[in-house]
Amino acid sequence: MSSAYKLPETKIATGVQQSPQLHHAAASVVMRATGLMKSYRKGKVEIPVLNGVDFEVREGEFQAIVGTSGSGKSTLLHLLATLDQPDDGQIFFEGNRIDNLPAKSRDILRNRYIGIVFQFYHLLPELSALENVLMPLMIRYGFTKYMLRRRKNRQRAKELLDKMGLSHRLKHRPRELSGGEMQRVAIARALIADPQLLLADEPTGNLDRQAGDEIMEILRDLNREQGLTVVMVTHDETIAEQADRTIHLVEGRVQTM
Amino acid sequence: MYKVLLSWRYLKSRYIALASIVSVTLGVATLIVVNSVMAGFTVEMHDRLHGVLSDIIVRSHNLNGLPDSEWHMEEIRKVAGDDIEAMTATVSVPAMINFRDNIRGQWITQPINLIGIDATTYSDVCEFEQHLLHPLNREQFQFILRENDYGRGRKDKFPVAGWARRRVAAQWEQREIADQVENGDVTANDAALLTPPPFDLADDSQTLAGLPALPDSIEELPELQGPLDNGPRGAGQQDSLPAVPFQTDDAPLLTFDAAREQHTGIVLGISICSLRGRDVQGDLMDYYFALPGDDVKITFPNTGQPPKAVSDSFTIVDFYESEMSEYDSSFAFVPLSKLQNLRGMITAETGVASVSAIQIKLRAGADLNMVRDRLQARFPLQQFGYQIQTWRDMQGPLLSAVQLETTILNILLFLIIAVAGFGILATFFMIVVEKTRDVGILKSLGAPSRGVMSIFLGYGLSLGIAGSLAGLALGLLFVDQINVVAGWIEKITGQEVFDPTVYYFSEIPVVVNPLTCLWVVLGAVGIAVIASVLPARKAAKLHPVEALRYE
Repeated sequence: MSSAYKLPETKIATGVQQSPQLHHAAASVVMRATGLMKSYRKGKVEIPVLNGVDFEVREGEFQAIVGTSGSGKSTLLHLLATLDQPDDGQIFFEGNRIDNLPAKSRDILRNRYIGIVFQFYHLLPELSALENVLMPLMIRYGFTKYMLRRRKNRQRAKELLDKMGLSHRLKHRPRELSGGEMQRVAIARALIADPQLLLADEPTGNLDRQAGDEIMEILRDLNREQGLTVVMVTHDETIAEQADRTIHLVEGRVQTM
Repeated sequence: MYKVLLSWRYLKSRYIALASIVSVTLGVATLIVVNSVMAGFTVEMHDRLHGVLSDIIVRSHNLNGLPDSEWHMEEIRKVAGDDIEAMTATVSVPAMINFRDNIRGQWITQPINLIGIDATTYSDVCEFEQHLLHPLNREQFQFILRENDYGRGRKDKFPVAGWARRRVAAQWEQREIADQVENGDVTANDAALLTPPPFDLADDSQTLAGLPALPDSIEELPELQGPLDNGPRGAGQQDSLPAVPFQTDDAPLLTFDAAREQHTGIVLGISICSLRGRDVQGDLMDYYFALPGDDVKITFPNTGQPPKAVSDSFTIVDFYESEMSEYDSSFAFVPLSKLQNLRGMITAETGVASVSAIQIKLRAGADLNMVRDRLQARFPLQQFGYQIQTWRDMQGPLLSAVQLETTILNILLFLIIAVAGFGILATFFMIVVEKTRDVGILKSLGAPSRGVMSIFLGYGLSLGIAGSLAGLALGLLFVDQINVVAGWIEKITGQEVFDPTVYYFSEIPVVVNPLTCLWVVLGAVGIAVIASVLPARKAAKLHPVEALRYE
């Protein structure tokens, strides 16, 4: 988990036109999971959600996980994001096992190395768009440290929102924004820490067609132009088609196509 | 950083939480008001009590006193010389006072506590002169009747007293007797037995018939007229007519002229011969049965075995008003040597006089209890039988009662704030439930559990501080304006909140102790924080995935 992680220059130039398999064969593995098992208890009944899922995402890859509702795709994403811990199996991030890390280390991992975008945006309603974007940095730094680099941080957050086309929405509260705008704020928030990996849970699931397309375009651009590794969960095959690689989850197992 | 920001934003967007803190505000305000009033009461009481009493009193258990006060003072000086600022000897005996109600003419008898004091040194050991009514007596007290001007500086008007009153009264009395003798109603010999009232004032609205009303000031005093006041009187009448109603055996002054002479001076506690009440309009008023310038008779036991009653006439030279009803209604001060003389406390051969108590004032900062213990060691109880007490010992029950009251009130009111704490607890639980998703979001962004917890703790802390400071301000404002507020309540309800006929003080005394305020505020903030611990822990323990799913 080196924080000095930088993508090689060549990666940025590479496009989707290239064969993904070819391209990614050379790239290093960002995240890898083997034999993931997870079940939930509902009263006394244990409901298995994941039954031994193997997963791998390489540097600069845009990967989609497709599955129907209840196939365990969101659970898988939560496990990868270290929001939850698997019953069995292992997860590696840049070669280090992360599923059994103590809570503190997992908090740091989420804060600095893994960006997450949710279906329901999950912005904090009391904060403005700008403050929401800054939240990961506020969490990372203590009061004085944050205040020392406040200007720099705000500059960075404004740049990100500007890129998302939201420079006129900095002071707006989430409830004053449209769904597409909220999701773009959420993406900016996921990006502010310069993560190595972006995990997106149905990022278009709550948006109309046009707003969904905009979000997908942003994600693709991020992947293509900045070489950001993206893992996206969706139930929509048409959206999944825009990914470099797609894996299908059926009843808690990866279905080989 | 995010903790501060979010605590602040939650505070700004959740006004309902402020409602939960109102109870804290009110609790704090009440505590501060109660403490200030109780402290004011205590301080005022201490001042009054200490003003009336000397620091330490060495008192003989025997009414006839400790013999040879000089020797005792010498010994006391040897024991605690460094700490002693002043000392005086007093004689204290129970006595009966007998005087005539100057308006209705009835004779009034009351038990009093007669104290013989040394006019010059008594004021050194305790506040005595300050409590007198005549301005000159307040500076340098003497047992002589002053011309007039009693009660200058008092809030309510004091009637004409002193020589101004005595002359008119004597004139009236002489004329009354003369009239009766002339009319043949009584023979000249019986005239002395008559006790006509000096003023015929059965009906308040009527002024004196035949004599001008008592003027308000000495300048307005009319020229005295009639046969009795100017120069030599008719010899025949004078010889047969005792002019003084209170003729005593040991002072056979047949020519005692009440208009020009006075008996031995006496200072009476103001409540002995006055009543405080309300007139028809409900206004506070004092009614005086006797005033400085009037004569009284005092009866007290002498030192004989068994004691016999001794009586003598005294002229009221001033009133003693300490505003402690207990003292004002029982203390009467006469010259020490006179009392010793009358009681037979002076040994004829040696001239050594005994006293009943030695009062000691210590220099500021001296340890009262230590000096008392040293004196106790010098005068062992079994050998001397002296009671040695500090002023605190003497007023112990009263002081500790006030202390107990304060403590209990504090406990009760703190329980009220604790109840307010449960209100905060409930409100915070609701806020945590409402903010479940936010907690999930924060955790997904990498906020540690401790951070989430401190958001809600900080929330509780800021609410506690806001509520307590508001309470502090409210309480201090109330304390500052308490007499005004009491006035309002009086007006609205028509009931007197602080009845000066009941209490020692005419205004509610308050003393704000900054340390008490600090403790109250800290306690309230502490309760608010403690009440937010449980909800904060609940928030911190939320599972991020479940929290995110929460709708």
